[in-house]
Amino acid sequence: MSNQDSYKNTEVIQASLKKRYAREKRFQWYGRLAVLTGFAFLFILLFDIVSKGYPAFTQQYIQLSVDFDADRLGVEPGASSEALYQADYLGVVKASLRQMFPEASGRQEKRQLYRLISIGAEYQLRDYVIDNPQVIGKTQDIWLMAHSEAGAYLKGQVTREIPETDRRVKDTQMQWLDSLAQQGRTESRFNTLFFSTGDSREPELAGIKAALYGSFFTLLVTFLLAFPIGVFAAVYLEEFAPRNRLTDLIEININNLAAVPSIVFGLLGLAVFINFFELPRSAPLVGGIVLSLMTLPTIIITSRAAIQSVSPSIRQAALGVGASPLQTVFHHVLPVAMPGILTGSIIGMAQALGESAPLLMIGMVAFIMDVPGGVTDPATVLPVQIFLWADSPERGFMEKTSAAIMVLMGFLIVMNALAIYLRKRFELK
Amino acid sequence: MQTSTVFLVLIALTFVSFIAGRKRSHKVAMAMGEGGMSLLHSLPKHYGYMAGLWAALPALLLLVLWVGFEPRVIHKLVVEELPVAVQQLPHSELGLYYNQIVSYASGSSDADLLDQAQVSAADHYLELKSTSGVMKALLVALVAVIGGVLAVQRVTPALRARNHVESICKWILFACSFIAVLITLGIVLSVLFEALRFFQTIPLTDFLFGLQWSPQMAIRIDQVAASGSFGFVPLLVGTLLISMVAMVIAVPVGLMSAIYLSEYASRRFRAVTKPVLEILAGVPTVVYGFFAALTVAPFIRNLGESLGLTVASESALAAGIVMGIMIIPFVMSLSDDIINAVPDTMREASLGMGATMNETIRKVLIPAALPGIVGGILLAVSRAIGETMIVVMAAGLSAKLTANPLEAVTTITVQIVTLLVGDQEFDSPKTLAAFALGLVLFFVTLLLNVVALYVVRKYREQYE
Repeated sequence: MSNQDSYKNTEVIQASLKKRYAREKRFQWYGRLAVLTGFAFLFILLFDIVSKGYPAFTQQYIQLSVDFDADRLGVEPGASSEALYQADYLGVVKASLRQMFPEASGRQEKRQLYRLISIGAEYQLRDYVIDNPQVIGKTQDIWLMAHSEAGAYLKGQVTREIPETDRRVKDTQMQWLDSLAQQGRTESRFNTLFFSTGDSREPELAGIKAALYGSFFTLLVTFLLAFPIGVFAAVYLEEFAPRNRLTDLIEININNLAAVPSIVFGLLGLAVFINFFELPRSAPLVGGIVLSLMTLPTIIITSRAAIQSVSPSIRQAALGVGASPLQTVFHHVLPVAMPGILTGSIIGMAQALGESAPLLMIGMVAFIMDVPGGVTDPATVLPVQIFLWADSPERGFMEKTSAAIMVLMGFLIVMNALAIYLRKRFELK
Repeated sequence: MQTSTVFLVLIALTFVSFIAGRKRSHKVAMAMGEGGMSLLHSLPKHYGYMAGLWAALPALLLLVLWVGFEPRVIHKLVVEELPVAVQQLPHSELGLYYNQIVSYASGSSDADLLDQAQVSAADHYLELKSTSGVMKALLVALVAVIGGVLAVQRVTPALRARNHVESICKWILFACSFIAVLITLGIVLSVLFEALRFFQTIPLTDFLFGLQWSPQMAIRIDQVAASGSFGFVPLLVGTLLISMVAMVIAVPVGLMSAIYLSEYASRRFRAVTKPVLEILAGVPTVVYGFFAALTVAPFIRNLGESLGLTVASESALAAGIVMGIMIIPFVMSLSDDIINAVPDTMREASLGMGATMNETIRKVLIPAALPGIVGGILLAVSRAIGETMIVVMAAGLSAKLTANPLEAVTTITVQIVTLLVGDQEFDSPKTLAAFALGLVLFFVTLLLNVVALYVVRKYREQYE
């Protein structure tokens, strides 16, 4: 080996260095690009949902001067509230629309005119008249809910640029709406109905209250089953289980269950709880049981980790002063492990809240208008409600879907934030 | 009587037993004379717990079994009373007939829909139901009282009540963990049982190797065997196609992100970035489905059309891309764990020899971590195969044997959902086919998971 050789080597290396550094730079950029891609996907997803969903939180109202003519309503002045309940409010709405726009002629145009106002207006007027019976015979300006298509125009989601054949709001309707807007007879309000009603065939009347209650009852059943069973199972496996084949079998099973597709749990629920035990279909009871089977592995695995991380000195101290093994666990180990266990359970519950596939199997896809009153009433849950609305062709439902997604994500964010907060506090100790 | 009332009564009885047990232990201790309390083996409350457990557990078991089997037994008894002609109806029609009775009896439908036999059967049903309710309440209370009384009577100072209670508790703990085995058993048995009934009408070979899937045509049983429309291959191909698209998105992005975050990024950048990317894993799948169906699919369709390609509106590409986005954090955190498990000595040796970070990663880290990464990817594939909502909302319904991601394909999970949702009759090959598909899905994902976990564990052991 001469000096010259090694000098030559250095030269070769020197010459290749530029290329190697360039490659290094490039590689780093690939990494940054990958992270950025992930961010971009997340941003697009959230932006898409929010931009589609926020209009659903407002509802357009149209002010009509309604003539509460007793003849048209078909009631006597001073009628009982039962008679008022039966009165013809739709006719009154139609008459006042005709009065405001006398130019509407022909069946088609009149029908278009009536479609400016939601069919829910009928019930709105009914409640109003029952509360204020003295209005009968008088004319009064009243704000009524706009039809979802008319509302879409007022919100600016549908414009004249779209060819008339491609939109549900026709040119004549737009003219009427414009003139109403000029007279200050249109208004946008916060949509409280969205949080206070169940499902409906009309987008402007559909709300998430029934689905929220359904989710609540389902999660209640899930929590009551999965939390104690999961924690007890974790305690047994960590503290008492002998090392034998049965324990191994149980552990393998738990790990595999964590990876079983959720829809298979739905098949189990259908075959066992609905068909064999004949429990009620579409009920939060069955939904909750199925979801608890699904979240059990999560809760067991995280609870075990939390119990494992409790320092052995606590156990030894308790045993040393004469506590029995069970007392040691329940009086000393579990309280210390509880924040960790709760963190895992909340994450499991958040998973269960967002889950919909197994619930489709057990019939929780019904059209539910009424708020369920218990765990055996037919119900649907928020994610399934989202699924149902996403299938509806009306554009009004699209914004409802996005808005429901926003509500669902809001709940998930709160739950996860709680879990993170608990974990942080736990780590500080 | 309502189950909830019975349950409350049971709780009350348990509490009474607890008090009685505790009281009795005081009494027997006092009977021993001065200082008798110290002669008790356990604390008085343990005697109370014992009495409470003996009152609660057997009665609770009885209650659960009763509630579980009540509808079945009543069903059987009501059907036995029906006219013979009705009883000989095919199973599915009989089920419908019975459902009408039940819905009339519970007041949710009118009498004019029913015939005379159904109305009287509904009365019979209600009668049975109320008898069962009363018997349930009486029996549960009786069992609770007997359990409590027996336990209270056994209380003596020498009774090792604490040990007794603790061994019962340990058995309860064991039962809770054994539930995991029962769930697996329940899944396997329920799916297998229904799938076997399916294979009695459709030969297994037709199912596994058939190239045609059109279950909607199979209305009559004789028609099925003739058309052989339960071929599973197109579904498998569709599932794999969508999963592959998902992997093409998720693996590079997830793996590169993991490498960048664990090898290059500063601690602070990593602390912010990782949780943000993990939000993607917490988004409910129905949200991804909505995103795929209403945003990504039209976008891809328009893009394809502007390039002169024909893209189906429910293309495999759209569903696959969104599924890939969903799996990114999954791949990322798995690869992150695995890359971090590679010993630092290997990194340092390579860097010490003058290799750049890039060369170290590509020539040392990745080859060393490869088995683990492959295992992680297998886990991700099993996730993709079992994913349901995205494909239900964004993939097609008709089975097509194609490898073109621009066309609409269908998947195993989509078919399970479409075959079972809204379908009441439970015995047609159509609904049973869903269970056969479920069986396949369960075993495919199980196999992938077992293999992947084995590979990952072997890999870990290598460096421990």
